[in-house]
Amino acid sequence: MPTTMIAGRPIDVNDEGFLSSYDQWDEKLGAELAKLIGIDMTEAHWAPIRFLRADYPARGETATLRRASTVGGFAIKDLFELFPGKPAKKMAYIAGLPKPKGCV
Amino acid sequence: MKRLVILGGGTAGTMVANKLRAALGTHELHITVVDRDDAHHYQPGYLFMPFGIYNTSDIVRSRHRFIDDGVELVLTEIDRVDPASRTVHLADGRLLAYDVLVIATGVSPRPDATPGMNGKLWGSSIHEFYSLPGAQALTEAMRRFRGGRLVVHITEMPIKCPVAPMEFTFLADDWLRKHRIRERTEVTYVTPLDGAFTKPVASRELATALVDRQIALETDFAVEHIDNDTSELVSFDGRRIGFDLLVTVPLNMGADYIARSGLGDELNLVPCDQHTMRSLAHPEIHVLGDAGTLQTSKAGSVAHFAVDVFVHNFLDEFNGRPATHGFDGHANCFIESGNGKGMLLDFNYTTEPFTGDFPLPVVGPFKLLKETRLNHIGKLAFRWIYWNLLLPGRPIPLIPTAMSLAGKRVEKDVTAAGTGMPAFPTVPEELGERSATKGSPPPAPRPAPKPAQGPQLETTPLATADQVLPTPIIPKF
Repeated sequence: MPTTMIAGRPIDVNDEGFLSSYDQWDEKLGAELAKLIGIDMTEAHWAPIRFLRADYPARGETATLRRASTVGGFAIKDLFELFPGKPAKKMAYIAGLPKPKGCV
Repeated sequence: MKRLVILGGGTAGTMVANKLRAALGTHELHITVVDRDDAHHYQPGYLFMPFGIYNTSDIVRSRHRFIDDGVELVLTEIDRVDPASRTVHLADGRLLAYDVLVIATGVSPRPDATPGMNGKLWGSSIHEFYSLPGAQALTEAMRRFRGGRLVVHITEMPIKCPVAPMEFTFLADDWLRKHRIRERTEVTYVTPLDGAFTKPVASRELATALVDRQIALETDFAVEHIDNDTSELVSFDGRRIGFDLLVTVPLNMGADYIARSGLGDELNLVPCDQHTMRSLAHPEIHVLGDAGTLQTSKAGSVAHFAVDVFVHNFLDEFNGRPATHGFDGHANCFIESGNGKGMLLDFNYTTEPFTGDFPLPVVGPFKLLKETRLNHIGKLAFRWIYWNLLLPGRPIPLIPTAMSLAGKRVEKDVTAAGTGMPAFPTVPEELGERSATKGSPPPAPRPAPKPAQGPQLETTPLATADQVLPTPIIPKF
């Protein structure tokens, strides 16, 4: 597991770059991660990220787009506009969570 | 006397009932199986129906014929489960009290979950093969098909038998060639995943098989709706894929009574421990077969191996001993590839499918992830094994419950794509530790070490644990 410098401090990540420690994350770091993938965070961006962060600890896995939609109340269409291309993966990256699974 | 109630008399429910009935007398344990009807479907057979290989009579048997006479079989719908009073409420008003409950009601296709899927084109140019009526209707549609755009589509993961849509595509390609309309047909495989399959080596081998057959692959496709006026799949990011015949796998969800009972997640799947299949919310409830949240394939082979683990643990606890068995996520799936050939996948939570020989090195006789005639024969032989060995709970020769690395050509550097279990402390492991102090089984030792992870990106500098990379690793999106 590599450690990288992000926002001026050492952060543990996996080989793909996703954070591997839930507690090293804060919103300042989230904004920095977003910048790395070309996203400027607005309040509209933060709402689903905060949902993902709050949803993770009890379940031990990152919410899928369906869960963000049915449980979090976010329209999937909006998430595609906010995080273009691969919203589930991008949101997980910014939120400092593992890539959502549900794909076995 | 203890009371075990099993909801669902399918693959998992039938195996559990028969294995425990054989192990414990009727004076020790009362076993009740609840299902809505007396028709047991051999679900892997649906795939073969559209190509005339199997018909309905090959696939449907009476449930009670396969359930031991010492098991009470109740045929009615389930209204809800009340975990607080340990009672199942049946739709006809009856109540069933339990000491241990097994939820084995699986998942079912939900075409109504995608706008436009079960609209005016449903049953004419939009079909599915995850139910008997669906497979029957698709059989007719294939017979009428004269060429055009055939699109095979997965709505959303997880689905049961995740290789089945790929198998359908291979079999359709073969069928179209034999009917001399392949040249007039464009075949496209549309998936929400970022590759042909979820795991890197299998994805690579299957993508090659698609290219060999001139089948187009459309990845990362999250369907928003189906346009019934233009006959197009439309994605959230605005892509449109036109079809003359769409064979889709609708969203798979657990049974509705699970939602009414407050036991499920957003897909009505019951969150459960990855190694003991115990409900995370209610220790006296276990989830077997497709109904739970195991991070492995929803497949009959997984149900079979998980049932073996559950039965060991159930008997240990029944006899006052701590349960010691843990499930490793083992899945073993034959993949039909058409032209009388098949491939084989064998994997678990920590080891992805590799190429090689199965079950024995060199001699096989089966080949992992390679197309061979014997793999196809293995797949067809499985129907006999299912009815005659698997459901009655008899041992199946050569296939162990825990996965083995013997014969597998382990590849390094391909597993780094985040497909393994996360490095995060996950809920199941935490609960596993907590319940271990109460005498429940600890997670089993993993049978195989995860292959060393190499860096995923070519541009990523090599790092050791005590090195700090000056620049962040940015994932590929």
